[in-house]
Amino acid sequence: MKKTEKSYAGWYFLLTVAILYVIIGLFKIEVILPALKFSLKIVRNILPVFLVIFALMVAFNLFISPYAVRKYLGKSSGSRRWLIAVGGGIISTGPIYMWYPMLKELRKEGVQYGFVATFLYNRAIKPPLIPMMIAYFGWKYTVVLAVVMATISVIQGIIFEKIEGGGFL
Amino acid sequence: MDARLKSALTKSARAMSNSLPVLAGVVLLVGLTHTLIPKFFYFSKNAVLDSIIGSGLGSVLAGNPLTSYVLGGELVKQGVSLVAVTSFLVAWVTVGLVQLPAEVIMLGRRFAILRNISSFAFSIIVAIITVFILGLL
Repeated sequence: MKKTEKSYAGWYFLLTVAILYVIIGLFKIEVILPALKFSLKIVRNILPVFLVIFALMVAFNLFISPYAVRKYLGKSSGSRRWLIAVGGGIISTGPIYMWYPMLKELRKEGVQYGFVATFLYNRAIKPPLIPMMIAYFGWKYTVVLAVVMATISVIQGIIFEKIEGGGFL
Repeated sequence: MDARLKSALTKSARAMSNSLPVLAGVVLLVGLTHTLIPKFFYFSKNAVLDSIIGSGLGSVLAGNPLTSYVLGGELVKQGVSLVAVTSFLVAWVTVGLVQLPAEVIMLGRRFAILRNISSFAFSIIVAIITVFILGLL
């Protein structure tokens, strides 16, 4: 049910944009062709990157599952756990709601909120999507952003540990 | 074909195809705004204000990060500041207003709300630090 609703939401959005084109075309027909040409130019630029992304996604889906990640996440301690939370968040694939049950289980097993926060923040860094980021922003930007985000995620995790330690969570 | 490979191919193809209608819509929308509005007006030249606007937009919009890269990349080409676009990209993936109800149920109300608020604030900090470091390189 949820999946169906989500799929339709994307199509509704596309339909809305198509209707917008028709409405604007009725008043200003001369902008439609340049707009479509510009969109086609974007598609041409991103199409090769899509193939790379697809290959990387297949590789990640083939070798990484929530069960495999969980094996490492639950057992970590000390400063190493931050590295594992960062790494786990980065390699986790699929929609976020797929991971909530695993994180809930880890909480029951005594994993702290700080660890969960760091894990969730690092889901922002997705190796299969990196080619697209490099195509648009360059590798320097991609590397700097990934390092800054990983660092901030640990800071956020430490803050959450302190908050939890203070009994606020 | 190996069952695991088949499953990985199916999952990846499904994930890609799910994001396609939104991505197509965004690309068409970018094409339209590019033609109708030569430059985007809605960002100022103030780094903090730009990043707040970027984070705000990124927080309410949801979907595959791929869409945010395409949108963000095109915004930069249109002259929107890198700070604003970076905070937009970071908030898109770290702040989840759409997923908030699910996060509340699974991980607790206080944690979910605090995590999203702090992620919003951090998206601004990340953007400013990233652009600052890039300026030094």
